[in-house]
Amino acid sequence: MDKLTAEEIYYTMALGRKFEYAAKEHYMTGEISGFLHLDIGQEALSVAAMKAFDHGDVFTTYREHIMAIARGIEPKAVMAELFGKKTGVSEGRGGSMHLFDPSHFFYGGDAIVGGHLPNAVGCAYARKFQESEHGVMAVFGDGATNGGAFFESLNIASAWKLPILFLCENNRYAIGTEITRVAPFLEQAKKAEPYMPTMEVDGNDAVAVYEAIKEAQAYIQKGHGPLFIEAFTYRWEGHSMSDPGSYRSPEEIEIWKRRDPIERMKTVLKERYGVSDAQIEALDQKAQTAVDEAVAFASESPEPEVSELFEHLFVEEVTHG
Amino acid sequence: MAEMLYREALNRAIDECMAADPNVVMLGEDVGLYGGSYRVSEGLVSKYGEKRLIDTPIAELSIVGNAIGMAIGGLRPIAEIMTANFSLLAFDQIINHMAKYRYMSAGKLTLPMVVRFPQGVSKQLAAQHSESYEQMLSAVPGIRVFAAGDPNYAYHALKKAILMDDPVVFIEHELLYNKKGEVDLDAEVDPFKARIVKEGEDLTIVSYLKMVDDVMAAVPEIEKQTGKSCEVIDLQSLNPFDTGTLKASIEKTGRLVVVEEDHKMGGYGAQVVSWAAESLFYALDAAPLRIAGENVPIPYNRKLELASIPTPDKIAAKIIEWGANNGL
Ligand SMILES: Cc1ncc(C[n+]2csc(CCOP(=O)(O)OP(=O)(O)O)c2C)c(N)n1
Ligand SMILES: [Mg+2]
Repeated sequence: MDKLTAEEIYYTMALGRKFEYAAKEHYMTGEISGFLHLDIGQEALSVAAMKAFDHGDVFTTYREHIMAIARGIEPKAVMAELFGKKTGVSEGRGGSMHLFDPSHFFYGGDAIVGGHLPNAVGCAYARKFQESEHGVMAVFGDGATNGGAFFESLNIASAWKLPILFLCENNRYAIGTEITRVAPFLEQAKKAEPYMPTMEVDGNDAVAVYEAIKEAQAYIQKGHGPLFIEAFTYRWEGHSMSDPGSYRSPEEIEIWKRRDPIERMKTVLKERYGVSDAQIEALDQKAQTAVDEAVAFASESPEPEVSELFEHLFVEEVTHG
Repeated sequence: MAEMLYREALNRAIDECMAADPNVVMLGEDVGLYGGSYRVSEGLVSKYGEKRLIDTPIAELSIVGNAIGMAIGGLRPIAEIMTANFSLLAFDQIINHMAKYRYMSAGKLTLPMVVRFPQGVSKQLAAQHSESYEQMLSAVPGIRVFAAGDPNYAYHALKKAILMDDPVVFIEHELLYNKKGEVDLDAEVDPFKARIVKEGEDLTIVSYLKMVDDVMAAVPEIEKQTGKSCEVIDLQSLNPFDTGTLKASIEKTGRLVVVEEDHKMGGYGAQVVSWAAESLFYALDAAPLRIAGENVPIPYNRKLELASIPTPDKIAAKIIEWGANNGL
């Protein structure tokens, strides 16, 4: 990883965390509503994976604000979507869980657990069909690995040697259910072993995530078929804003807070790339400004009009019949 | 009489059934240690243990599929699906298996089980977390479909559903869990009967789930503007539905309005109106009115979300306008 990339990743992680805290704050005031799933604590994974996977399509879940931003969608357009505004990336129709932007090959927000995996496999088929150098990355939680769609996807992707990277974000919990209570082991990559090569990575180490995804991207681009990466991480906040989170001990949360991915990346910047404290401070400042601007933009933007309710349902309007 | 929240009424029904019959089990995502996303099973795992309050992985097909197997094996399972939209993953089990095993086996198989889920528009949960499926499920022969509109029915009908030997889909509404109401614990409630929420003379308004409350909120304005009185009926059981209560009401009022939250195309109310047109044509003084959700996925933005479903204001306005055009 070169210095520029390292700084870019750090900056986006810092931006992501500030973005999430701002979203939390504006959820409290009621400007953001519905289900809001924060990614705080998982920034290394979300950012480094998106930055590394620069040749392909990304399919992911409802916990996707930071990924969307890291993928290149403007923080303003993401925040405006959370505010339900016309200027949001989904024009206020989708909200926090449904951020889509094909111009960035980002099919962000599917909120049916595991439901996007067959879609990612289908897209990988299309890319292979087109002999494209694009592959597909499917991101999902530990909880998604217990559903039928997951196993069907592993099977089809490997049977047809599709260019797809399965990236499992194992944060140990699916809402209140610890993965080991409903699966026979902690490492979900074991489920993929019969089908494809698997790798394990520390999801709180941005450099490690970046390198693993780069390697995986090259592998699937060569037509070897699918690959599975499992990244271990932890969400600091509840599952969503409506989750009291009482199923996790304060000690456990504390242990993971000490593995803060942003602090780790800061150390990397300083020790490996000789970035000064002042330079880091400047990056933090820039990130804060971007978030402040996103919030201002979101709150000043207009809402969609009721007359637009039926817009975007079909490509072709049918007025007869 | 006891005053309780809707979710407490459901909890109490399950609790009493579990206490009475060791074969009653409950399975679903986060139903055990977490106490259920909407706290319906709160406290039950400490009473009955993890063997009977079964936390499942995120695998809806298996939640219902396993419940069917448990029922075949002699248990009385209650399967909880976290939100209606996820029940779609279990529709194969519900429709191909649960609804048909008894009939296909000439009555040799019996499935004493309940599939429960909350549905409907809550607040800005967007298109994949806001839908209603009573119309699809009521179209399947072999399933009883109940829709609980208040704590009293929630308590009694869920108990009956658990004790019943036929499979029941038990529908709840996300916005009703914190609704408070009187529960008559000793009453004998027939879960298949509709409830007359308010008596009236001139117009029958039929609804179910949360729309009953919205209709009741609209009634004062309708009565003020039209000078007529409304009879409001909560259907409660959707398949079968209580044609006797409906018939008596429509014969009295001569007018029928059906209010539902689901999309109008193919919506449940079409069934009620078609039944009335077929069997009560001469009792009707005017064409019936259907008020339903728009044919659009539920959007996130609050303004659009409310535009996509009936609200008390819209219900009142539509009924007043319809009344004016139809000699009410
Ligand atoms: C099919 C389906 N079932 C249930 C849910 C409710 N639900 C939303 S997120 C979630 C937990 C998912 O956990 P995981 O996959 O580990 O992702 P994480 O939230 O930890 O990022 C559940 C059960 C859903 N959205 N879709
Ligand atoms: Mg998880």
